Amino acid sequence: MHLSNGMGSMSTASSSGAWKSGDVVTDQFPAGLRVLVVDDDPTCLMILERMLRTCLYEVTKCNRAEIALSLLRENKNGFDIVISDVHMPDMDGFKLLEHVGLEMDLPVIMMSADDGKSVVMKGVTHGACDYLIKPVRIEALKNIWQHVVRKKKNEWKDVEQSGSVEEGDRQQKPSEDADYSSSANEGTWKNSKRRKDEEEETDERDDSSTLKKPRVVWSVELHQQFVGAVNQLGIDKAVPKKILELMNVPGLTRENVASHLQKYRLYLRRLSGVSQHPNNLSNSFMSPQEASFGAMSSLSGLDLQTLAVTGQLPAQSLATLQAAGLGRSTTKSGVPMPLVDQRNLFSFENPKSRFAEGQHHLSSSKPMNLLHGIPTTMEAKQLANLHQSAQSLGAVNMQVNAHGVQNSSLLMPVAQSQPRGQILNETSGNHVPRLSSSMGHPIMSNGMSSGVSGRNGMVDSGRGGGYNPMQQNSSMLNYPLNNSSQLPCNSFTLGSTPVMSSLTSKGAFPEDVNSDVKISSGFMPSYDMFNELQQHKSNDWDLQNVGLTFDPSQHTNSMHNSLDPSVLVHQGFSSSQRGGQSRSPTTVGKALFSMGEGNHLGNVQNTGQHLNGFVVDNTVRIKAESAPDATSQTSFFHEQYGQDDLMSALLKQQQDGIGPAENEFDFDGYSLDNIPV
Amino acid sequence: MDRNQLQRQVALKRSFLFEQCYLDPQQFVQLEELQDDANPNFVEEIVTLFYKDSARLFQKIEQALYSRPIDFAKLDDYMHQFKGSTSSIGAIKVKNECSQFKEFCLAANADGCVRALERVKQEHQTLRIHLENYFQLRRQAGLVQRV
Repeated sequence: MHLSNGMGSMSTASSSGAWKSGDVVTDQFPAGLRVLVVDDDPTCLMILERMLRTCLYEVTKCNRAEIALSLLRENKNGFDIVISDVHMPDMDGFKLLEHVGLEMDLPVIMMSADDGKSVVMKGVTHGACDYLIKPVRIEALKNIWQHVVRKKKNEWKDVEQSGSVEEGDRQQKPSEDADYSSSANEGTWKNSKRRKDEEEETDERDDSSTLKKPRVVWSVELHQQFVGAVNQLGIDKAVPKKILELMNVPGLTRENVASHLQKYRLYLRRLSGVSQHPNNLSNSFMSPQEASFGAMSSLSGLDLQTLAVTGQLPAQSLATLQAAGLGRSTTKSGVPMPLVDQRNLFSFENPKSRFAEGQHHLSSSKPMNLLHGIPTTMEAKQLANLHQSAQSLGAVNMQVNAHGVQNSSLLMPVAQSQPRGQILNETSGNHVPRLSSSMGHPIMSNGMSSGVSGRNGMVDSGRGGGYNPMQQNSSMLNYPLNNSSQLPCNSFTLGSTPVMSSLTSKGAFPEDVNSDVKISSGFMPSYDMFNELQQHKSNDWDLQNVGLTFDPSQHTNSMHNSLDPSVLVHQGFSSSQRGGQSRSPTTVGKALFSMGEGNHLGNVQNTGQHLNGFVVDNTVRIKAESAPDATSQTSFFHEQYGQDDLMSALLKQQQDGIGPAENEFDFDGYSLDNIPV
Repeated sequence: MDRNQLQRQVALKRSFLFEQCYLDPQQFVQLEELQDDANPNFVEEIVTLFYKDSARLFQKIEQALYSRPIDFAKLDDYMHQFKGSTSSIGAIKVKNECSQFKEFCLAANADGCVRALERVKQEHQTLRIHLENYFQLRRQAGLVQRV
C-alpha cells in the first residue's frame, strides 16, 4: 500500500495544522531524515553512513546495539528511523528491533547478508518495517523515508480517531475509506494502529505536531472543497491542476490533489458498481484481507479479552492483536473474501505493516543469548549437534519465544501466523488428515492462555529436549495423531504436567517460560495446537490444525510468506464457525494428520526437522530441528483467538514452519480455495 | 608516464579486477559513486578499513578454529560477519571462499574449515595486493592530474 497523502483523516483543526506543517516539510523531506544505523561491521557501517549521507539524511552510526538503545532512549525524538543489522555480537538485531518498537515505536529496518526466508520472515514477525539484503544498495536506502511517513500517518489516524472532535466524521470516513483501494489498507492499518497506539496517542499527537510530517490530512472540509471543485469541473474534466486552482487552498500541492482524486475516482466507481478500473483489482485484494480479518476479529475478540483478563495479554498486546486481526476486519465488512485472493495477502506488504505494528509491543523479556549460538548449529546438518543442543534449543526456543514475545504480546504472533495457517491449509489439503478428533481441541482457554504461550515455548523445548525433534521427526508429527493426551504434544503444554516436567527437566526453562515464551516468531508450532486440541476437543480443530501444522511436505513456505494474520484467523474461524467438520479440515488437517500419523513418518521426519528448524529461529535457518519459535507463536494465536481460530492458525504456522526447510517456501503453490471460509 | 597513460592503466586495472571476478562491478561501482569532491578517496578508505577489520575477524576465526572443542556455530557466525564485509566491498572470490568455509562449518568438518580458511586468506591477500596497486595507480594518475 503506497502511502502518499493521508486519506480519510478526520480531524479538522489539528489535522489541518499538522497537514500544513507537514506540507511545509514536504518540500525538503525526506532530506534531513534522522537515521540511526547500527551494525557491528565497521566496513558496512561506513558504507551505509556514506550512502545515507548521499541521500541527504542525517546519519548517526553505532556499532553496538546497547549504545544504539541508550542513544534512542536519551533522545526519544531524536531519530526518525532505525536501520539495524541482524547479526550483532552484543545483542540480537531482532531484540533491538523489539525494544525500539516497544519503547520508541520507531520504524526499524533490518539488514543482513542472510536472505533466507526464515530470517526475513522473522524480521516481519518481529515488526521490522522492511528487510534489506546486504550488500545494501543506495537505491534501497533512498526510499526508507516512506516507512517514517507511513508510520506517522497511521499514528495520526489513530490519534484522530481517538480524538473526540471528529467522531462523527470519523464514522463516515471509515466507510469511505473502505471504498478506496488504497484507503482499505490504510483503514486497516488505522484500526490496528488505533488499538495499538491508544496509549501512545497523546504522545504521538504532541510529537506529531512538532515533528515534520509530510502528509496531507484530508479533513472533511477539505474533502468537501475538493468534491465541490470536482463537481464544478465535472468528474470527467476534473484534473488535479484545475481542482487545485478551484480549491484555492494554500499549501496544497497538485500531487496531493492528484492522489486524492485517484482515490475519489475509485470510490465513485465502486459506488456506481463499475469495476473496470484496474485499481479495483487492488481493492478486491484488499477485501479478502479485510474479510479475513473480519472473520478473525469476531472470534478473537472474545479470546483476546479473555487473554487480557487472564493477565496474559497486556492491554497493549491485546490491542495489537485485535488490531492485527480484528481491526482490519471491522473496518471493512461485507467484502467478499475469495479464498483465492487471500493468496495475495502474501504478496502484500500490509501484513508486514500489521506485523510491525503488533510487533512493536513485543519486548523480549528473555535474552536471546542462545540464539546466537544456535543459528549455526541449526544449520549444521548434524543432528548430533541438535541433540546435544536439544536442550539448549529448547531453552533457546523458549528464549526465542520470549524474545519475540512478551508475556503480553501474544497477539502478534497470532496475527502473523494466521496467514500462514491459511496457506498451510491450502497446501495441506493434499495430505490425508489424520488428526483425531481429540486433536481439535480449542486451543485457547483461559487457563490455556498461559499454558499456550508456555506451550509454545515448551513445545520447542520439549522438542528439543524431550523429543529430539530434529531427529525424531516422527515424534513431532506424532503429536497430532494421538487423540489421547498422551500425544507428544502434551508435553508441550505448560499447564499440563507432562510437559512441565519435561520442560522443567530441561532446566533451561524457568517457570516463567510459559509466559515468556509467547510468540516470538510468526510460527505457531503445531505442537501447541495439538495440545490445545486435546484439551479443548473441538473436532473441527483437529483436522484443521493438524493439517496445518504438520505439513512438512507441503510448503511451509507459508511461513516465509508474509501471511496475513487475518488469513490465518480466518481459517480458524471457518472451522470454529462451522462447528462441524465439514470444513475442509481434511485439507487442512490432511497435511498434518498424515504427518502425524506416522505414515508419513518419512515426511514427518523431514518436516519435523524443518519444523524445528523453523520454529527455533528464523534467522538461523534451521532446516531441521529446533523447536521453532513457531511453537510459541501458535500459542499466541490460541490465546487470542477462539480455539478454532487458534488451531487453524497454529496449524498454518506450523505448516509454514515445516515447509521452509525443505522447500524454500514456495508459497505460490498454495491455493486457498480448499479452505472453506 | 604521462597522465593519460596512467589513467589508462587505472582503467585497465579496474577492468581486470572486474573481469577476473576479483571484484563485483555492481557493488564496486556503487562505492565509487559515493565518491565526490568531498570524499574523493572513499573507496580506498573503505578498503583500508575492510582489511584492518579483516585482521580482527581472522583472529577470532582462528581462535575458534583452534580451540577444542570447536564451536562450529561460532565459527560460522564469525565467518558470516566476515562474509558480509567482503560482499560490501564486492570481493567476489573472497566471498566465495567464505561460503565454502561456511559449508564446512555446517558439516562440522574441522579439516575442511582449516583448508577453506587458508583459501580465504589467500584470496584475501591476493585481492589486497591488486587493490593496493590499483589505488596507487589512481593516486599517481591523480597526482599527475593535479600537476
